[in-house]
Amino acid sequence: MAGPMKMRASLSGGNTDVRVLMIHPMTTAQSNQPLHFIQNVTVKVNGRTVIDGQISQAVSRNPVFSFRLKGGAKGDRIEVSWLDNKGESNRIESTVA
Amino acid sequence: MNGRRRLLRSAGAFAAVIVTGLLKPALALASNWNKDAFGQKTAQDALKSIGAANPSPSTDLVIEAPQIAENGAVVPVEITSNIPGTTAIAVVIEKNPFPLAAKFDFLEGALPYVKVNVKMGETSDIRAIAWAGGKQFTATREVKVTIGGCGG
Repeated sequence: MAGPMKMRASLSGGNTDVRVLMIHPMTTAQSNQPLHFIQNVTVKVNGRTVIDGQISQAVSRNPVFSFRLKGGAKGDRIEVSWLDNKGESNRIESTVA
Repeated sequence: MNGRRRLLRSAGAFAAVIVTGLLKPALALASNWNKDAFGQKTAQDALKSIGAANPSPSTDLVIEAPQIAENGAVVPVEITSNIPGTTAIAVVIEKNPFPLAAKFDFLEGALPYVKVNVKMGETSDIRAIAWAGGKQFTATREVKVTIGGCGG
């Protein structure tokens, strides 16, 4: 089952590090379960898309991603969302600490 | 039958066509996922499918990954492109059943860096591809896998 996300966005060396966890089974065509995996991952800063990712069933169960954003400031709104092959989706938003 | 009824009836038929025929392709387009590339079964075909059939080797594209992964279900891979103007990075696991694992487009405001955990079915080269200035660059790194992780 897909579940809630967790995210941490923090300033580091003048840039913004974003670390995000998604709860998702990410089942493959090789498993005996129905194929179910995240296909799209999007990162937005203050409402503007900065990373547009496409992923496959080869990404591990409960995916964890790290991204880096140029510059940034405390209070910037970071949003990460995903969309899977069954049309389910989720998103999380937090501000840079 | 008067003209108004005919008009209503044809309008209803038109609405049915939109619902059954046209809505699905519109949704498929909205998902923005390269089904063709992710469905390729060899690394070479996957590279062709993402427009990177002949990338140039580059030492400015850095892959961090363990030399030996005991559990192929969770292999951390970290890719940094130091190539100026990098706009995208793809991850290809050469010997996986479907080699293309991910592709990230970096727009203004993002740095060309990603860390992600991937599944590996067996010992394989991990290949990174970077797009910069209309060209493609590549680097590889071998990861030895003790227990394959594609059944998850």
